[in-house]
Amino acid sequence: MHVLSEAQEHPQVEGAPVLGRAIVVTSGKGGVGKTTTTANLGTALAQRGARVALIDADVGLRNLDIVLGLESRVQFHVLDVIEEKATLDEALVPDKRSPTMFLLAAAQSREKEDVDTQKMRELVRALRERFDYVLIDCPAGIERGFKNAVAGAEEAIVVCTPEVSAVRDVDRVVGLLGNRFRPQLIVNRIRPHLVKKGKMLSVEDVNAILRLPLLGTIADEPEIIVSSNRGEPLALRTDIPAAAAYRAIAARVAGEDVPAPTAQGKESFLSRVGAWFGGRRA
Amino acid sequence: MIDFFRRLFGHSGSSSTAKERLRLVLMTDHLELSPEIVDSMKRDLVDVISRYVEVDREKIDVSFERQDKALAMLANIPIIAVNRASNGHVAEPPVVAPVAAVAPEIVTPAEEEAAAIEPAAGVAPPAEVPAAETAVVAAPSGDAVAPGDLKRRRRRRKRKGSISASSTETVSAN
Repeated sequence: MHVLSEAQEHPQVEGAPVLGRAIVVTSGKGGVGKTTTTANLGTALAQRGARVALIDADVGLRNLDIVLGLESRVQFHVLDVIEEKATLDEALVPDKRSPTMFLLAAAQSREKEDVDTQKMRELVRALRERFDYVLIDCPAGIERGFKNAVAGAEEAIVVCTPEVSAVRDVDRVVGLLGNRFRPQLIVNRIRPHLVKKGKMLSVEDVNAILRLPLLGTIADEPEIIVSSNRGEPLALRTDIPAAAAYRAIAARVAGEDVPAPTAQGKESFLSRVGAWFGGRRA
Repeated sequence: MIDFFRRLFGHSGSSSTAKERLRLVLMTDHLELSPEIVDSMKRDLVDVISRYVEVDREKIDVSFERQDKALAMLANIPIIAVNRASNGHVAEPPVVAPVAAVAPEIVTPAEEEAAAIEPAAGVAPPAEVPAAETAVVAAPSGDAVAPGDLKRRRRRRKRKGSISASSTETVSAN
């Protein structure tokens, strides 16, 4: 049962390499923003100077490369490395905009069943020796692809949107993960004006149900779509709130004691009041 | 605060519906009781009830049902005979012989109706009741009810009765 845990409690031997943190980004439901979150969290961590490897574990439905704008630079993928058709160095795609960040793309014309769980675990382990953070973009679902993505991780970030289906799926995934991964929550696509009108679950509503440590919330904004259209991670920008939110999440992941995540649903009203009185709207 | 503003501006959004639906569905999702556990619950339940009445162990039916605001455990337990006197603290082997009947003392009209069919709970039965009366138990209140009580009990059940168990399942990779 706890096969997942086996390879993970490596005692740190004297002189052994210090291992980076392997974090799986998961959600159960598709379309909640796992890939966008992985891309932006990775970018924000790299902007802080950390060495970051991003793994696209969605074999057969490769997407992290296109969201990052690296699709034309991918030559080898996860399975090439696992099957020793390419070395890690050959397969890791550097991101020029974030010099300390690299992408390991998913195989596009293969299936999730082609990935050996133990091999995946070893791959993540190898990356942990070279990077401070290994972020694993998990496919939707709770089947083989999920298990492979989770296999090498030691921590989990769960992404949820304020929808009943997403909350239910996150609840399920958290149940599957058990306590070992210390899952932390990112609530994505909050629309403060809808929350204010009582037409959307608030961050508090979502987390009253999930009861997870809250890593941050991302308000829905058009620029997020624009950035994926262009393949330019939002976290590189300085002019939009969502970018600041990703940076704050990265800081929290890095262990910084940044102020508690703001409840955007509640704040929106006040910030609007502020706007009426000439204040700048957050 | 949001609630305050919502009331202030008369908003009645769908988010509260979402919250309530989620709460219920997750309660059901989390109720992953194995058949073994349900069986052993049945056994324990019957053991307790058997202290007061003789029940048909073969025909007990336990099910889970979503009520308005909660998840309820429903147990349908056919009673073969009432075998217990007075306050029912005697836990010895069933003695079907009736003890002297005690008239119901102070009863509400509703209880009177119940008493007309069968003595209210806690009152010594005059004799064996007809076979296969049915006790309906609503968790967690879990006490046997005289048939006359059923209607009231059903009403009460809506407010009572929730069972939830957290999922302990963990991933196992091959």
